[in-house]
Amino acid sequence: MKINIPITKAKEIARHQTLKLSEKTIAKSEAANNILTDFADVILFTTHLIKETFSRKFEVREFFNQCFKIGNKTLPLISVTGTIMGLVLTIQSRPVLVRFGAETILPGMVAVSLIREMGPVITALICAGKVASGMGAELGSMKVTEQIEAMEVSSTHPMRFLVVTRVLAATIMIPLLILYADALGILGSWIGANIKGDVSFILFTSQAFSHIGFIDFLPAVLKSIFFGAVIGLVGCYKGYNAGRGTESVGKAANSAVVLASLLVLIVDMIAVQITDMLAI
Amino acid sequence: MKTEQTESILLEPTKKGLKEPVIEILNLYKSFGSQEVLKDLSLKLFDGENLVVLGKSGSGKSVLIKCIVGLLRSDSGTIHVFNQDVTTISRKDLDEVRQKIGFLFQSGALYDSMTVKENLEFPLKRMKKQLNQKEIDDKILEALENVGLPEVIYKMPSQLSGGMRKRISLARTIVVDPLIMLYDEPTTGLDPVTSDEISLLINEVQKKYKTSSIIITHDIECARATADRLIMLRDGEVYMEGSLNKFENSTDKIIKSFFK
Repeated sequence: MKINIPITKAKEIARHQTLKLSEKTIAKSEAANNILTDFADVILFTTHLIKETFSRKFEVREFFNQCFKIGNKTLPLISVTGTIMGLVLTIQSRPVLVRFGAETILPGMVAVSLIREMGPVITALICAGKVASGMGAELGSMKVTEQIEAMEVSSTHPMRFLVVTRVLAATIMIPLLILYADALGILGSWIGANIKGDVSFILFTSQAFSHIGFIDFLPAVLKSIFFGAVIGLVGCYKGYNAGRGTESVGKAANSAVVLASLLVLIVDMIAVQITDMLAI
Repeated sequence: MKTEQTESILLEPTKKGLKEPVIEILNLYKSFGSQEVLKDLSLKLFDGENLVVLGKSGSGKSVLIKCIVGLLRSDSGTIHVFNQDVTTISRKDLDEVRQKIGFLFQSGALYDSMTVKENLEFPLKRMKKQLNQKEIDDKILEALENVGLPEVIYKMPSQLSGGMRKRISLARTIVVDPLIMLYDEPTTGLDPVTSDEISLLINEVQKKYKTSSIIITHDIECARATADRLIMLRDGEVYMEGSLNKFENSTDKIIKSFFK
């Protein structure tokens, strides 16, 4: 069926449709553009960070200051969660193992699961909440109150002074905190085993360590290093690129926690795939 | 319509014998997205003078001084500081130029995590000329005495009032003996008495340290107290330039609205 539309009306409809289409296209392209810009920003930030890390002028004092801050601030929290991790894991697993008459493998099972998976991931997630948010909020407020610009004006590279030191401190301190949490997890597990049983600490730990070897520690330590780097990088990136208002400080801290936690889980997934492929 | 727009931006400074420009800006453009903030701006800062830059909020005053220290990159134009074009020099050379410039931020920008002493130590320890601890301590004490606050040396910035923070911030900029001072709204957010004290301090710094200064402000009392020469910015352009007298006696509506 042929519809007769006056030429002026047809032109108007076509113009309207074209406008609608172009508005949608512009909106979509803007969203894509924002994602690509963010991605480019992250790449540039990381490149700049790597370049500054290997520059000759390393801020040694600030690096140790950050190491102390990360360790000192998170130690009590990690101590509590590490102990609880081992305790809960033991209390939950014990009845099942007793049912199958495999109670003797309890220390080994807890040690392997703590060292290979639970210790690194849970500690890293706690550090993502504590360290990444702290870095995001601190650098964000420094940005808002022009402290980063003041640093730049006094011939100090803020990237070198603020970011490199924090990322490196997190990369070194978080694996150490994870090992510490593992140790306390085993202590917690021994406490758990003694709630309904009686086993000496020496016997418990010797049984636990008889089931784990260097090959269990290696992938755990390696992925912990990546967890630390990711937490430091995300915290600093979000804080360093915070907006102008005070609201952006909260946003930076919040998004640092969310993104760091997500990336920790993604890194863990990749690490598990690699260790599985290599049959480690 | 500009009724009293200056014919030349290169007017002689009002003080006798001050003719050597330490900062020379030519045809500076700066925009953020589609918003043009500075348009073909040219000005000179002469040795030893206090140049007050007036203008409404958003007229590009702060952007101008941030371009001078290289915190913002200009779109085009040249900015010569001591005959070095800061828009094209390397980062290393820019750092050397920055060591000759003191920048007083609007918010003070004191490092929250450091004491007053550590705040003042920070730029001193990063100077090209290495100083020993005694020299550093002496310089810190001298700077604090110059701003009248030697007693707060071990306090944290959070323990100081707004006026005190501004003074300490000023001490942090003068501690490195700058040749040029850039003040970004030095009296904003302060009570009239403290504002007057800051204005007096600006003059004292000029006399004692022989600095040349650009003072960004919309506080007319501060401008009256400190200006050797004034420039009015409007929509990113130089609207009027001249002595305080010329501004005070201007019949231009916009200028008059500032100098009520």
